[in-house]
Amino acid sequence: MSFYGWLWRGLPGPFAVKLLLALVLVLGVVAGLFTWVFPAIAPLMPFNDVTVDGR
Amino acid sequence: MADGPQAAAPARGRTRGGPLGAALGLGGELLITLGVLLVLFVAWQLVWTDVVADAEMDQEVASLEAAFDDPAATAVPGLKDVKFGQAFAIVRIPQFGLKYARPVYEGTTRDVLMHGIGHYASTAMPGELGNFAVAGHRTTYGKPFNRIDDLRRGDVVIVETRQTWFVYRVSSTEVVAPSRADVILPVPEQPGAEPAEALLTMTSCHPEFSSRERYVVHATLATTYPHAEDLPADLLTRRG
Repeated sequence: MSFYGWLWRGLPGPFAVKLLLALVLVLGVVAGLFTWVFPAIAPLMPFNDVTVDGR
Repeated sequence: MADGPQAAAPARGRTRGGPLGAALGLGGELLITLGVLLVLFVAWQLVWTDVVADAEMDQEVASLEAAFDDPAATAVPGLKDVKFGQAFAIVRIPQFGLKYARPVYEGTTRDVLMHGIGHYASTAMPGELGNFAVAGHRTTYGKPFNRIDDLRRGDVVIVETRQTWFVYRVSSTEVVAPSRADVILPVPEQPGAEPAEALLTMTSCHPEFSSRERYVVHATLATTYPHAEDLPADLLTRRG
């Protein structure tokens, strides 16, 4: 049993189409992470404070 | 061995391993996914935020330069009227590179500092008696103060505003605890003292990739030139 195997089998079409669709899915997920998820968790990281007044 | 069907060989595919195998397979995929997510986050933080912020800062510097050169432009406020989040000056530090130019915004919140250098709003403006204090990232978000530890006594820090070039020279550097707000006082580390000089203080994090301490550079106003004049060429040189 495998999530990615299940996903791959679920993609329609011949191998080339499956590959293209998989690539689009990956790019979409990375774009979502870069746009929303990572900016949201960055403030919780302990290496970005540069001021001396605690703000 | 060569003849006869290999009846004991497992069938290909999903029946191998049973429930335990299925759980291990899923768990393995989950761990690999988490690993990829971590690598992606590091790449985003260390590379992508620089790419975005560098492009943004170059653009902001270009529009400030255009506004400084145009006497009719109203986009850049006078130093007395700067509002939170507005860009009002350009910092140039020849020691960081002859083309180094970064915008200064009013305020030092996290959001402001993602876009450039931030001016501690409670401190003096450039050239005023007291301390023009600014903060900037050492790493990530364009890292305007990445090489703050290269600055030595006598090095030039230029603050360009619409009216004036303010030329500061570094007087001292220190590493302090993050709680040391007294380094940005009008007279640094002397609460209540009346300022007699125009100073500049830069703060950033230290050591690199950490926020355990703050790297602090103090500088003193050496000269000013009207913005209409060109800066003397010998100011725009790197030390040794």
